[in-house]
Amino acid sequence: MIKAILIFNNHGKPRLIRFYQYFAEDMQQQIIRETFHLVSKRDDNVCNFLEGGSLIGGSDYKLIYRHYATLYFVFCVDSSESELGILDLIQVFVETLDKCFENVCELDLIFHMDKVHYILQEVVMGGMVLETNMNEIVAQVENKISPSGGLSAAPARAVSAVKNMNLPEIPRNINIGDINIKVPSLSPF
Amino acid sequence: MPAVSKGDGMRGLAVFISDIRNCKSKEAEIKRINKELANIRSKFKGDKALDGYSKKKYVCKLLFIFLLGHDIDFGHMEAVNLLSSNKYTEKQIGYLFISVLVNSNSDLIRLINNAIKNDLNSRNPTFMNLALHCIANVGSREMAEAFASEIPRILVAGDTMDSVKQSAALCLLRLNRTSPDLVPMGEWTARVVHLLNDQHLGVVTAATSLITTLAQKSPDDFKTSISLAVARLSRIVTSACIDLQDYTYYFVAAPWLSVKLLRLLQCYPPPEDAALRSRLTECLETILNKAQEPPKSKKVQHSNAKNAVLFEAISLIIHHDSEPTLLVRACNQLGQFLQHRETNLRYLALESMCTLASSEFSHEAVKTHIETVINALKTERDVSVRQRAVDLLYAMCDRSNAKQIVAEMLSYLETADYSIREEIVLKVAILAEKYAVDYTWYVDTILNLIRIAGDYVSEEVWYRVIQIVINRDDVQGYAAKTVFEALHAPACHENLVKVGGYILGEFGNLIAGDSRSSPLVQFNLLHSKFHLCSVPTRALLLSAYIKFINLFPEVKATIQDVLRSDSQLRNADVELQQRAVEYLRLSCIASTDILATVLEEMPPFPERESSILAKLKKKKGPGNLPDIDDSRRNVNGNTEHHEPTETTNKSPPSLMADLLPTNRPRPASSSPIMLSAGTMGSSHPFTDLLNLNSPPAAAPSLLVDVFSDLSAPASVEVSEDNFSRFVCKNNGVLYENQLLQIGLKSEYRQNLGRMYVFYGNKTSTQFLSFSSSVTNGDALKGQLIVHAKSVDPVIDGGAQVQQILNMECVSDFTDAPVLNIQFRYGGALQNIAVKLPVMLNKFFQPTEMTSQDFFQRWKQLGAPQQEVQKIFKSQHPMDTDVTKAKILGFGVALLDGVDPNPANFVGAGVIHTKDTQVGCLLRLEPNTQAEMYRLTLRTSRDSVSQRLCDLLSEQF
Repeated sequence: MIKAILIFNNHGKPRLIRFYQYFAEDMQQQIIRETFHLVSKRDDNVCNFLEGGSLIGGSDYKLIYRHYATLYFVFCVDSSESELGILDLIQVFVETLDKCFENVCELDLIFHMDKVHYILQEVVMGGMVLETNMNEIVAQVENKISPSGGLSAAPARAVSAVKNMNLPEIPRNINIGDINIKVPSLSPF
Repeated sequence: MPAVSKGDGMRGLAVFISDIRNCKSKEAEIKRINKELANIRSKFKGDKALDGYSKKKYVCKLLFIFLLGHDIDFGHMEAVNLLSSNKYTEKQIGYLFISVLVNSNSDLIRLINNAIKNDLNSRNPTFMNLALHCIANVGSREMAEAFASEIPRILVAGDTMDSVKQSAALCLLRLNRTSPDLVPMGEWTARVVHLLNDQHLGVVTAATSLITTLAQKSPDDFKTSISLAVARLSRIVTSACIDLQDYTYYFVAAPWLSVKLLRLLQCYPPPEDAALRSRLTECLETILNKAQEPPKSKKVQHSNAKNAVLFEAISLIIHHDSEPTLLVRACNQLGQFLQHRETNLRYLALESMCTLASSEFSHEAVKTHIETVINALKTERDVSVRQRAVDLLYAMCDRSNAKQIVAEMLSYLETADYSIREEIVLKVAILAEKYAVDYTWYVDTILNLIRIAGDYVSEEVWYRVIQIVINRDDVQGYAAKTVFEALHAPACHENLVKVGGYILGEFGNLIAGDSRSSPLVQFNLLHSKFHLCSVPTRALLLSAYIKFINLFPEVKATIQDVLRSDSQLRNADVELQQRAVEYLRLSCIASTDILATVLEEMPPFPERESSILAKLKKKKGPGNLPDIDDSRRNVNGNTEHHEPTETTNKSPPSLMADLLPTNRPRPASSSPIMLSAGTMGSSHPFTDLLNLNSPPAAAPSLLVDVFSDLSAPASVEVSEDNFSRFVCKNNGVLYENQLLQIGLKSEYRQNLGRMYVFYGNKTSTQFLSFSSSVTNGDALKGQLIVHAKSVDPVIDGGAQVQQILNMECVSDFTDAPVLNIQFRYGGALQNIAVKLPVMLNKFFQPTEMTSQDFFQRWKQLGAPQQEVQKIFKSQHPMDTDVTKAKILGFGVALLDGVDPNPANFVGAGVIHTKDTQVGCLLRLEPNTQAEMYRLTLRTSRDSVSQRLCDLLSEQF
């Protein structure tokens, strides 16, 4: 099972934290610091697995991580998960982010923390892997966030619509009358 | 910024985040956050009802603030309100907040459960999914109680949507892990197995995870899943990448599901049915074959996914451990990976080979890779990989290659990373002992170990070498010669001096015939190290000297001179001084015969499991010791009843007691004789000796059978009569009966404390075999660490001895440790247990603050669970000065002029624990007419508030 998912940048600033086991707030921050310390000192071409830090459970847990440009994606997992599988899962998650945000960058994660959470929620649930099919994930997310749907989600939704043809309900008719306000001036990055 | 227009932009949120990002300093950031928190708080508290959108926006801001590492202690109620909104986005953010911020024992759980129940019954699949996600993410017992019977129904109902089924399966899995007793088995189990045949691969994947966990608990109930899993796997493996919807990942067919299915099969032995078995073998062969095919894509994701399946297949082959051909093929495949250019694969190959090494079919095949693994140890750039290489070497070691492997590990040790040195030292020590054919090699190895990595050689390792040398007389002469030579090195490690002192003290005579190692040379060599050593080592050396007097009468005068010198007889350290005095007297008055008896060679130690092995197991956890334990990884995880991981910095008593008493390794007193002498009465010549040599009375239990665990204190009633008297004071008499009086003095600083315990013998007879120890109840372990120094085993009539207890508060606690005392009085064994007055409030630091600050904080701690209030009748006269003294004694600062009513008392302090600090505010309102008090406590932690209130309210 996945115990925690941490995303932080090259300076150790957390961009998303998700714990699937209870830790007090200050402990969570300590774990982030410890994990950042462990991961950031490693070269880029060494292996993507290492034993967990002492705070998160030591050698019974593995940290599996990937480093993309300015961000580290770290999953802390126990021995029931396949290391390479999790590595792929990180890739799936990031590719999904990329699809949903159209060229995702750190700023997207900062300003749309909630949306990142929703995407993650479609991938991992309660520490277990829910879905690995990227199109399905995107479809679920698009479906829920903007029922009118983005263009990119259309084919996938068509697929799931066909699949669900014989079922009574299809989660499409949720009407959310939300206001779209463009952010006028973003700070320079 | 295209995404903004797509989603549901919240302008206020974006502005706030931009503000934070523009902050030039940490202080500015904190200031901005506090401003925002105050704003949100006032909005939430304000009279105007907030619309859903604003609530959503504020909750989102709180989430962001939490992410930055600030404690969020409000807003939960607003989030709960959002759950009942009909707007999806509002409901969604409510659930998000709750699953990120609410822990499983929150008071709000009932309200949350209600909202979840509504959503589960809504028949709206999106809402149902949200609810299921929330249950899985929080996973508390209350939720399990409320929904554990509901979810299986949703899972197997015919009209449930695929996505809901997926969530329901995983939700059930999570509840099964957190509260297995609450998830009922029933007729749904059979139907769950059939989900393996579901059309939707997402459902199959989720169901496979669920079944794997259930099958580990009750394998028989889920046996039917084997054939379904094999069939499914076979269809995936042989498929030509069609009919898998979108589950093909970089040209690999449903890798995730394949991995899960292979995991599921690892819950069972190989199928008995021949057809099924051959079908599975076929699958595994196909997977192995695919590894040899040229890749369909150059992308790393392709090979990753392919190898994920491959490694899982190899795990299954190793688990079945029945098909020699498959095992050998697996081993060869891993051998290829050992030299792969991808570091991840090398890492995993080393790890898998560790388990493969324990199979009888493949052990030899694994051994053929020894050169590659040794090479990996030398050339890998990544410490994680090197560590796996060490593990594998350890696993593949047997009698035939032990010398090579130990030599390689030793040479690696010189450059090894500091983080893994101690582990390597332990491994080398174990291998050297386990596969030693001639023990001269063993002795050489351990001495090398001390030379190369002396700092990482723990006590257990050098105890063990002494134990082995004492038990094997064929190696004693060699050991003496070797340590003698090793001690000649200009800078030798203190551990070597210890081993050298002990061994020469016992067996120096075996090499004394050679003029190069004559008694005087030996003594001078040892003594040249004396002044560089720490006190325990010096104490050990003094014992070696007295043994020398026995072994070599010719150096007696020299040694007596040394013992007589001021630096020994008047040493500031009591232990050293005492030894010097006693040994000097012993050497002067005892006859040669008596000396020879008292200082006889140590008797052999009884054979036992190596304490080093125990230590390694402790360090690594039993699962990681291939070759010695069953090495199978715990494949499919386990329940989450995680116990706090043991800290390895303090060795527990069983290790300390093993082999030697740590603080006084005195080979001098071969104690059986001493003990019997004590019972022989005063006519015996030993009586004098014993009187002057009182301490060793503790030794019998330690030296005679050093392996016996410390005798567990017999269960006696725990006295807590005076416990509450110590809440507001630190010194006084804790316990008294006709024989013994126990007094206390204690001092505390932040999360540390020291307690001096005085044991007074009220009789005129000696207490013998006096011992006292402190035990922590299960709940208290991990919350409070108490380290008791040893205490003198004899208390003369009318005398008093002192014991020091060092304490560290790790987290807040409610129980109190128990002091167990045992001694012999006139032949009868006495057992006393007293509750030690160590309470949470001892770790208070008083905090002065102004009236304004006080009330501001008081308001901040306004959540209902943070406040505890008690109204009680006064038990003592209501005297203002006494009350003040008690509050001060409780540990808080008494704040004058804060409360508008001068009769009330107001205090503030901070509880220091290792994990955290808990601020605490208290207010005591006396009502003299009614002779009642009202005590109110507010802290950020409900358990702390409750405990402090309980403690203090009994004082008035």
